[in-house]
Parts: sequence; structure tokens; C-alpha cells
Amino acid sequence: MSATSTARRERPPRQLRPADRLGPGSGLGLGLLVLWFSVLVLLPLAAVVVTATEGGWSTFVSVVSEPDTRSALVLTVGEALAVAAVNAVVGTVIAWVLVRDDFRGKRLLEVVIDVPFALPTIVAGLVLLSLYGPRSPIGVNVVGTRTGIFLALLFVTLPFVVRTVQPVLAELDAEVEEAAASLGADQWTILRRIILPSLVPAITAGTSLAFARAISEFGSLVLIAGNKAGETEVASLRILKYIEGDYYEKAAVVAFILLLVSALVIVALDVVARRVAVRG
Amino acid sequence: MADSRLIRSRRGPVTYVLRVLVVVYLLLLVAWPVSLVADRAFRATGTHEGGVGPFLERLTDPAAVYAFNLTMTVAIWAVVANTVFGVGISLLLVRYRFVGRRALSVLVDLPLSVSPIVVGLALVLAYSSTQGWFGGALETVGIQVVFSTPGLILATAFVSLPLVVREVVPVLEEIGTDAEQAARSLGANGRQVFRRITLPSIKWAVVYGVVLTSARSLGEFGAVKIVSSGAEFRGETATLFVHNHYQAFDEPAAYAAALVLVLVSIIALVVVTYLRPEEDRA
Repeated sequence: MSATSTARRERPPRQLRPADRLGPGSGLGLGLLVLWFSVLVLLPLAAVVVTATEGGWSTFVSVVSEPDTRSALVLTVGEALAVAAVNAVVGTVIAWVLVRDDFRGKRLLEVVIDVPFALPTIVAGLVLLSLYGPRSPIGVNVVGTRTGIFLALLFVTLPFVVRTVQPVLAELDAEVEEAAASLGADQWTILRRIILPSLVPAITAGTSLAFARAISEFGSLVLIAGNKAGETEVASLRILKYIEGDYYEKAAVVAFILLLVSALVIVALDVVARRVAVRG
Repeated sequence: MADSRLIRSRRGPVTYVLRVLVVVYLLLLVAWPVSLVADRAFRATGTHEGGVGPFLERLTDPAAVYAFNLTMTVAIWAVVANTVFGVGISLLLVRYRFVGRRALSVLVDLPLSVSPIVVGLALVLAYSSTQGWFGGALETVGIQVVFSTPGLILATAFVSLPLVVREVVPVLEEIGTDAEQAARSLGANGRQVFRRITLPSIKWAVVYGVVLTSARSLGEFGAVKIVSSGAEFRGETATLFVHNHYQAFDEPAAYAAALVLVLVSIIALVVVTYLRPEEDRA
């Protein structure tokens, strides 16, 4: 061991690779940063997982079989799926218009699309209430309805698909489309056979991000959903109710389910991203 | 190029239909509601007066001032922590190879996909003095995390953790190590390489990361709601102020504070949108 390290030290220092092994300084830095990351993120999340699984399978089953909790989970996943589906279509259309169309005010639309990301979630809820809440200028009130939840989720997830599809669409090679057109393909065929297939990975990625965001959404729903147990109460508000009632274990079980779904989505995304990278 | 433009800009009725659909969708979902916030903040309702004077009064109310001050304090600490962490971890992830590097780079993204409510719950289960693993130990040395400012800072830093990393990592990968190698071969030490070569090239990425982190920190609600007692003058941040006042049927105050938050986030957005292309071209 010591012999090899001496030999390594004697080698002339002209290797062209980056300094990729950790030295004492960078090693210490990594240690400190990972320590902070653990204190901030890993230990607290571990506490959730341990608290949720401590009681074993029976606690898990008993929490999930509480009618209000079950209907909250079903409602959350159902709404998230619907919102993700709408986003897959509408987000792609928006990206299409932003890339392929050209008109005055397009730059403004670019900013409008990012507004939902920039706004604090509680403000997003308030923003929607000003048009679709009590005293609505158009006479629509969605407070306390599932439509309200759907609307709020559409608002907060708007940018995901648009922003993942847009760059891919912008970089598509025009020559392939020209070749298809010169061989007699009509525009619909070009869209279906040439353009959509290359967009699928981006649409998938954006849609899963939107889904993950939708199942975990909290702030924008607090004011708009009405939060009636069993009817318009989503999973995150169910967790809040458990916390406020000092049922930390039950809160942790529902949180753990949300974490699991998020983790699944992250892994799936990573797989998709790597497959795309290999292809590219 | 001319040919491709010809093919791609052929405008049939479909083009116009799609354009109108997209504009109407964004108008109904985003633009119209957002613009109504200003209207609500200044309009008279029931017993509440409208106009600029009462609007400013609502914002200079001691409870509102306290809320915005607390939010600023928390955001500054969170931004500082995340900038140091973000730049450091990005350098390590891109420039070094070590065991667990891939796992770490996936884990660093995790906070963005955790529900804010779960973040709050996690911090309570780890650090609250009654429920937490380490709460008791921290209490004996006189530190209270949950229901006080450190908890708010942790919650805020948690949810905005990956934003700096996400901006800096791609830039570091893009610039490669040629310049750093050259500097090193000319006798520069690690600190000199970082200050003279690496830092200038990631400067804008760090700036965007900081802007995004600030916007996220000022607006965090869910995680903060769990770790704060949330009462007036006791841990009520700006977003909690909006929530509490709306719930207490004090809509004008809620909308006044919301308008400030809307303006701050739109400014952050415009800064990022309009600065980024210049940097990308460079």
C-alpha cells in the first residue's frame, strides 16, 4: 500500500486529467458539506421514515384504512393524474406555439408561464381566489370543490411540461422534417411520425415532474380546497390535520407514502434522462 | 435555413387556432387572476377603505412589519447557507470522483420533490423538543429549533437547497478544466485557481441561483407553517400573515401583503429571464 503511494508521488505531475481524487482540503470540505446536508435533509427525512415504519405493518394498514385518509390519498392521486394528463397535452401545445409560432407579445407569454413557479404557493391560492372565489367578477366560485383543487394544481404545475419540451422542440433538426416533406409526407404525418417521437422523453419527464408536484401540493390548496374531510381534503392537508392533533405517527405514515411516490418518480426520471443521454 | 423557415412557418388555420387557445388558457389561468390581486389590494370592501393610503397603512401595521422583517431575516440566512453549500457541493460533484458521488447528486435534488408539509413534519420529528430525536439534547444546551427562528431557517433552507446547485453544476461541466489546469501548471494554488478562474466563470450561475433561492425563501409557506407557532409577533412570516389574515376575514391586509410578494417574485422572474440569454450567448 505504502509502496504504491510512494510510486504515485514520484510520478511527474503532468497528468492531464482533472484533479479527481479528494485531497485533504477537498476531503474535509466534502465531509462538512455532507454533514450539513445530513443535519438539514437526511436525518429529518430518516426520522419520518423511522416514525412511519416503527409501528410495523399493522399501523400502516390501520392508518390507510381510516376512511378520511384513504379518500384523501385517492383524491390526491386521482387529481394529480388528471392534472398531469392535461399538462402533457396543453404543455406540449404551449411549447409548440412558443417555439414554432411568432407573434407580438410572445416574450410576455414566456414570463407568464414562469409566474406560477415564482409565486409563493399561498399567494397562488389567493390569486386564483380573486377570479374564481367569493366575489368573483365573473360569478364563478370554486371554493371547497374538487374543481377548485384541479384549478389550483393546474396553476402550480403549468411550467413543468412547457419548460422541458420547449428546448427539445427548439433543437429538433429541420432537415429531417424537410426530408419527410420532400418524400410526400403531409404535416400530420410529419407531426406523428417525426416530431412527436422525439418529444416523448421530454413530455414524459415534464409530466412526471408535474405529477410529483401535484401529489405534494399544499400552499395553494389551503384556502381554495375547503378541506372537508372525506371530500375535498388532499393528502398534505390530511398530514397537517394529524400534526395538529398530535398524531405524529399517523402523519409520518401518510408522509412516507408521499415520499415513496416522489422517490419512485425521481428514479423513473433518472432512468428516462439516462436513456435520452445515451441516445443523444 | 431559409428552407426550414419556409416549411416551419407555413401558417394554416391550425396555427391561429393553437395560438388563440394558448393565449386564452394562459390568460384565464395566470394573467387575469394575477392582475386582479392589485385590484383587490386597493379596492374598498365592506367596512374596509380602499386606495393607496389604507393600503400603505396595512403594510406599515406593526404585525405586517414584523412579518416582513422575519421573512427577510430567515431568507438571508437560508440564502447564505445554500449559496455556500451549493457552490461547494457543485465543485465536489463535478470536479472530483468519490464513492457515493452519484447517490449524492441524486439526493441533492430530493428537497424539490418533497412536499413542504413533509419537510415541516421531518424537522419536527428530528428537532422539536417534545417529539424530536435530537430535541431533548438541543434543549439541554439551550437551543430551541422548532417554534423559533432556527426552525424557520432550516425549513426554508431545506426547500430551496438544490436551486444553486442546479444552476452551477451545468456551467461547471460546460467550462471544463482546461483553464484551471493551465493556471495550476503555471503555479497557482487551489485558492488562486478558484478565485481567479473558477469563480468568475460560474459568477452568473451563482447569481441566478441566489435570485431563485431568495424568491423561494421569501415565499415558503407549508414547511414554515409546521415549524412555526404562526401567531402574530411570534413566528408569523409574510406568507403566514397572508394566510392568517385571509382566514380572519381581513382580506384587504391579506391582499396587500400578497401584492408585495407578487411584485417581489415577478421582479426576480424578470431578472432571471432577461439576464440569462446574454449569459448563455457569451
